[in-house]
Amino acid sequence: MEKQKITGAKALIESMLKEGVDTIFGYPGGAIMPAFDALYDYDKQLNHILTRHEQGAAHAAQGYARVSGKVGVCLVTSGPAATNTVTGISDAMLDSTPMVVITGQVGAALLGTDAFQEIDVVGITQPITKWAYQIRRAEDIPWAVARAFYIARTGRPGPVVLDITKNAQFQEFEFEYKPITHIRSYIPIPEVDPVQVKVAADLINSAQRPYALVGQGVLLSEAEAELKAFLEKADIPAAWTLLGASAMPTDFPLNVGFLGMHGNVAPNIKTNECDVLIAIGMRFDDRVTGNLAKYAKQAKVVHLDIDPAEINKNVKADAPVLGTAKETLPALTALLHPAKHTEWIESFREVDKQEFEKVIKRELHPESDEMTMGEVIRKISEATNHNAVVVTDVGQNQMMAARYSNYNIPRSLVTSGGLGTMGFGLPAAMGAKVGAPHRTVVMYSGDGGFQMTIQELGTIMQEQLGVKMVILNNHFLGMVRQWQEMFFDERYSFTEMQNPDFVAIAKAYRINGTEVLKREELDAAIADMLKDDKPYLLVVNVEKKGMVYPMVPAGASVTEIVLGE
Amino acid sequence: METKLYTITIFSENTVGLLNQITIIFTRRALNIETLSVSPSAIKGIHKFTITIFSTQDVMEKVVKQIDKRIDILKAYYNTDEDLVHQEIALYKVSTEKLLGLGSIEKLIREHHIQILEMNDSSVVFQKIGHYAETQKLFDELNQSIGVLQFIRSGRVAITKSKVERLSDMLGEIQRKFGKIQE
Repeated sequence: MEKQKITGAKALIESMLKEGVDTIFGYPGGAIMPAFDALYDYDKQLNHILTRHEQGAAHAAQGYARVSGKVGVCLVTSGPAATNTVTGISDAMLDSTPMVVITGQVGAALLGTDAFQEIDVVGITQPITKWAYQIRRAEDIPWAVARAFYIARTGRPGPVVLDITKNAQFQEFEFEYKPITHIRSYIPIPEVDPVQVKVAADLINSAQRPYALVGQGVLLSEAEAELKAFLEKADIPAAWTLLGASAMPTDFPLNVGFLGMHGNVAPNIKTNECDVLIAIGMRFDDRVTGNLAKYAKQAKVVHLDIDPAEINKNVKADAPVLGTAKETLPALTALLHPAKHTEWIESFREVDKQEFEKVIKRELHPESDEMTMGEVIRKISEATNHNAVVVTDVGQNQMMAARYSNYNIPRSLVTSGGLGTMGFGLPAAMGAKVGAPHRTVVMYSGDGGFQMTIQELGTIMQEQLGVKMVILNNHFLGMVRQWQEMFFDERYSFTEMQNPDFVAIAKAYRINGTEVLKREELDAAIADMLKDDKPYLLVVNVEKKGMVYPMVPAGASVTEIVLGE
Repeated sequence: METKLYTITIFSENTVGLLNQITIIFTRRALNIETLSVSPSAIKGIHKFTITIFSTQDVMEKVVKQIDKRIDILKAYYNTDEDLVHQEIALYKVSTEKLLGLGSIEKLIREHHIQILEMNDSSVVFQKIGHYAETQKLFDELNQSIGVLQFIRSGRVAITKSKVERLSDMLGEIQRKFGKIQE
């Protein structure tokens, strides 16, 4: 076939199509105008969603990627547009989300001259990307795009930035696309070492109290079935990290709950009682481990991870097993002896009863007239048959949503774990709805976080994205207020908020909504919200000074978990 | 934990911004680079970085893995001085008049294995090759006796005492998996 000459801008779009892109979240502007001009002819193949801010585009791409497993794509201009995506890129880096962010750049001849909207995007994004590259001539576009998508989705996924100068978008060249199958300096998936698998299996076989910690690695490698088989064969109780939520269904008998600072009590304290700790695709974040000097010191540690840099980073592994969970779990399962750990598992349930009495009962069945976040979330979880995609913002709403939602389907919790980005919820929920159009998407946000990216209501209106937005309104920056109450002598320094009429704002965007002030109105409002697939804003005024318990205070050991008054 | 001097060796693609990719990993942990030397390696298209840093073994383990993880890095590892043959080069400029004032310079040259690179009415430039301690000793001596007008020391270059470079293992592995390596 004769090679055709096309512009760099067109080559960019063609290259993305070759990579299977069908959705782009973006915002046009000066240095990316040629690419947007080319995009104008592709409205049949590519669904471009115009967000109201580039940060929204980045979080939407994350939400899309997290529910679909596909690479999220952003297309924005240079300078302020590029810097506006930085929060989303950082978030994707810490949470291993595959994403390609394409930024326009001034013409190559102007680089380094402080030209209008010129900023060193590669320099800014190198610390927060898997790869960042500047394309200065059209011929490099097919190669760089192929490489970008290959890097973003393979191995431990992550964000990639491509910065394309304006001249490269205009230039014409003979387009030819070759997908990338390997890069010599990059080993995405380490080979499984049978010796380490054997060492790990021996440890697990000899364990009296084995205990598994499940992270996002299981979801990323789609190893949910392999995980189940592994746990069932040796009867191993398993807890999940925030990003590992929904890797096991809530009602899976060996699922013992949520780990971490606001996780369940048993999963935290049992970490210091097990004899073999099996970490699966998780990275021992400080929000999970608390004080490392007092973390699982009695246990032998088996660590399954794709990333060699995670091994021994925070917790020393006695048996590190590199590879994807999809490969390593079956290899390990094959060597396991069937076992029963009934008493050990029962000991988790005993602790659960205490947590129910001291924490959960009050949250789900409050005696006060004031509504709690937990009861709202549980009602919505039930009303959606626990099948919804739950997207959260950051803070109390996030921890409550993770705790009180139930999960049936993998990839059902989209949340900003590593970076803890307030303002993530609304745009991420839009992306999640685009990535999983046939699922109900419920977003939980606080009154603070919602106002950080509230302008995305415009995107929801224009695209008619059926996101079910729930603001758990306590007129406070709740999590910060909780810390002020617990650790700063109730000095509520700048955490109380006077809020707008959120429902009226939604109405201005022609989005239906309702505000719930009394418990009696809640069920009807939830039913109204879920009656169709249209966008909806539900504002629930919850108790002003609610607390998320239990809590492992920062720097404390996992056994020093606080249950509240 | 014991802090000592570690030498990090990095093989990388020769791409723009590579040094930044490496230094950001040190910056995050507030590690100071003592010396740095970069040059093309024996393999065409691959660059070699030699970086020395005072740190602990625990930190080195983690930092080297985080460097190795960067896409354009082929291989990164660390060594202590015992594993390495290493060398630095230093240049010293002194006043000709003051140098001649010392009387004979034969002793100085023999003792320190100095080479004279340039000499004119006003100044003399010496070169000394050696370990840091050795080039520093000469500097201290000269500076006390006649003063040093200008002084510069290179970053460390180093070679491991073991037979093969670890990069060869990695490249061999890639060839085995994917066939012939393309640049």
